[in-house]
Amino acid sequence: MSEMSEGPGATAPDPEIGRTEQRGMFGVAGSGDTSGFGGLVRHRADPHSSPAPYGGYFDEVTGALQEAYPGFGEAIYRIVVDRGELTLYVEPGKVLEVARALRDDPALRFELCSSVSGADYLDANPDDPNRLHVAYHLTSMTYRRRIRLETAVPLDNPHVASVTSIYPTADWQERETWDMFGIIFDGHPALTRILMPDDWDGFPQRKDYPLGGVPVEYKGAEIPPPDTRRAYK
Amino acid sequence: MTTSTDPYAAGSRETTEGRVYTVTGGDWDTIPGGDPLHEERLVVNMGPQHPSTHGVLRLVLELEGETVTEARTVIGYLHTGIEKTTEYRNWTQGTTLVTRMDYLSNIFNETGYCLAVEKLLGVEVPERATTIRVLMMELQRVSSHLVWLATTGMELGALSMMIYGFREREFILDIFELITGLRMNMAYVRPGGVAIDLAPGAEAKIREFLAFMPKRLAEYEDLLTGNPIWQRRTQDVGYRDVTGCIALGTTGPVLRAAGLPWDLRKTEPYCGYENYEFDVPTRTSGDVWGRYHVRLGEMRESLKLIEQALDRLKPGPVMVEDKKIAWPAQLALGADGLGNSLEHVRKIMGQSMEALIHHFKLVTEGFRVPAGQVYVPIESPRGEMGFHVISDGGTRPYRVHVRDPSFVNLQAFPAMVEGAPIADVIAAGASLDPVMGGVDR
Repeated sequence: MSEMSEGPGATAPDPEIGRTEQRGMFGVAGSGDTSGFGGLVRHRADPHSSPAPYGGYFDEVTGALQEAYPGFGEAIYRIVVDRGELTLYVEPGKVLEVARALRDDPALRFELCSSVSGADYLDANPDDPNRLHVAYHLTSMTYRRRIRLETAVPLDNPHVASVTSIYPTADWQERETWDMFGIIFDGHPALTRILMPDDWDGFPQRKDYPLGGVPVEYKGAEIPPPDTRRAYK
Repeated sequence: MTTSTDPYAAGSRETTEGRVYTVTGGDWDTIPGGDPLHEERLVVNMGPQHPSTHGVLRLVLELEGETVTEARTVIGYLHTGIEKTTEYRNWTQGTTLVTRMDYLSNIFNETGYCLAVEKLLGVEVPERATTIRVLMMELQRVSSHLVWLATTGMELGALSMMIYGFREREFILDIFELITGLRMNMAYVRPGGVAIDLAPGAEAKIREFLAFMPKRLAEYEDLLTGNPIWQRRTQDVGYRDVTGCIALGTTGPVLRAAGLPWDLRKTEPYCGYENYEFDVPTRTSGDVWGRYHVRLGEMRESLKLIEQALDRLKPGPVMVEDKKIAWPAQLALGADGLGNSLEHVRKIMGQSMEALIHHFKLVTEGFRVPAGQVYVPIESPRGEMGFHVISDGGTRPYRVHVRDPSFVNLQAFPAMVEGAPIADVIAAGASLDPVMGGVDR
């Protein structure tokens, strides 16, 4: 990777991936204050689409999907290749159709849904209301390929089509994503909490979920609760 | 039970501490229906504390006589929020957290996590560190399968197997203690390499293990394979075919016992596995018997891999040279475990203020990882263990999600036992080898 040449701390602004600029190992910028009290705010910009050709088997996969799924243009709004991994950003309502094409088409054959997980990009991009993301990691055992589908939904309408009818293994993983992020998978047979107790309030993995805790005094010094503790930004 | 439809509505009172609920049987009394004295249907709650559910797994079994008609798995009793906690600790500290998930495959948790962090960083690990990782992973695979064999033996009535399995595992844990200072939860593999080089005498001890272990494996086979009770309890029990496994995401020995030689060490090699010579044992029976043979075979293959890894060990660094990533403290293994080497402490406190500043910054703040996301799958003793790690460019992970094979494999449990006699529930559940620390995380 070319951006690695200056060492991992010195990430140059990359127009393709849309990374934020950062200089030096310890992120010194502006006043040089790294304590977190200097008002340093970092937004993680949304990655931009990578330009074709994508390299490796990625062109074959996207080409085959375009053939197998006529609604490719509307359903997939961004294609990102980063660190040797292909990510297709899919409209939340189209996940089911895209997944079906990916599994059933003889040129694609993504038989195994390895993982379904959520992520909360709170304040990552103030212009983008879709802060809750779901990532599906699909594996093609036939061709030994992997791709990632990603979809994003807003907090006030967190609905994604469930893929359990295509990948039954997504059952528990979608339940976990609901449990932790409050993302509703339409069409899931029994979307209930799985790791947290049934009567739990809130969704613990969201970034604005309060951590709780009380300040603790130790040898005269007061240690604040975790989420009000000072941290390196 | 009140007439309300809400099963949790029964019994609550206001106290000064807030509302206190009295948890009753929930909607359980509606499940059996009919006259309990004359009906054969029975709902049995097995676990969460039961010696043969492999940890705090609760099984709700609906029985018709001896036959299981419906099985439900209830998990979450060991949920510790490890994924959330990693977001509040720096990248190196993440190793200490993830190692505690699947507590029978600590090195796999650590290596998978570190491979993901290294992929985000774009760093390459020194060869010796990679070889040590392979060595440790394969030792861990043997110890994990030994625990499986020991506990499954115990649950199916072969108590001697339990003693033998744990005896040999103890020897591996002694090796781990010699190398890392700890028997379990070692936090030995770190982003950029491993924490410390192999201790003096470690290689001799591993070779001693390699010398006696094949004979012990043959003993287990003598003990179990020809045993008619073992055969009757495992053959044609908990059947899953390849299609069923893939539909439910089941990987690892369960999938290989159904006939598909899908082993990530071969199909998507990492850590240089493509340079080692080993086979992927498979069976086509798709039952507990097949899984037993696959696991025995994998232990033999792991011994081969350990021997090759030992032969490959060449002197060299075990951590990346970049001092902005490598843990600054030169660790040393003392009588009380792993710690800062006194020499290093003497230097930073007495001679070099810059070294002290560097140490302080890297230990308290940590290093930054360029923004992005990766998914790294590795082959753990239970199947595909995947790490989906997201960085926002900061000193702490933005999100770490673990695709734990125990969690995904456990979904197949009802499909394996519904329609089977209750005795097969134990054998079928055990053959999935779920580790609840990994299931609940």
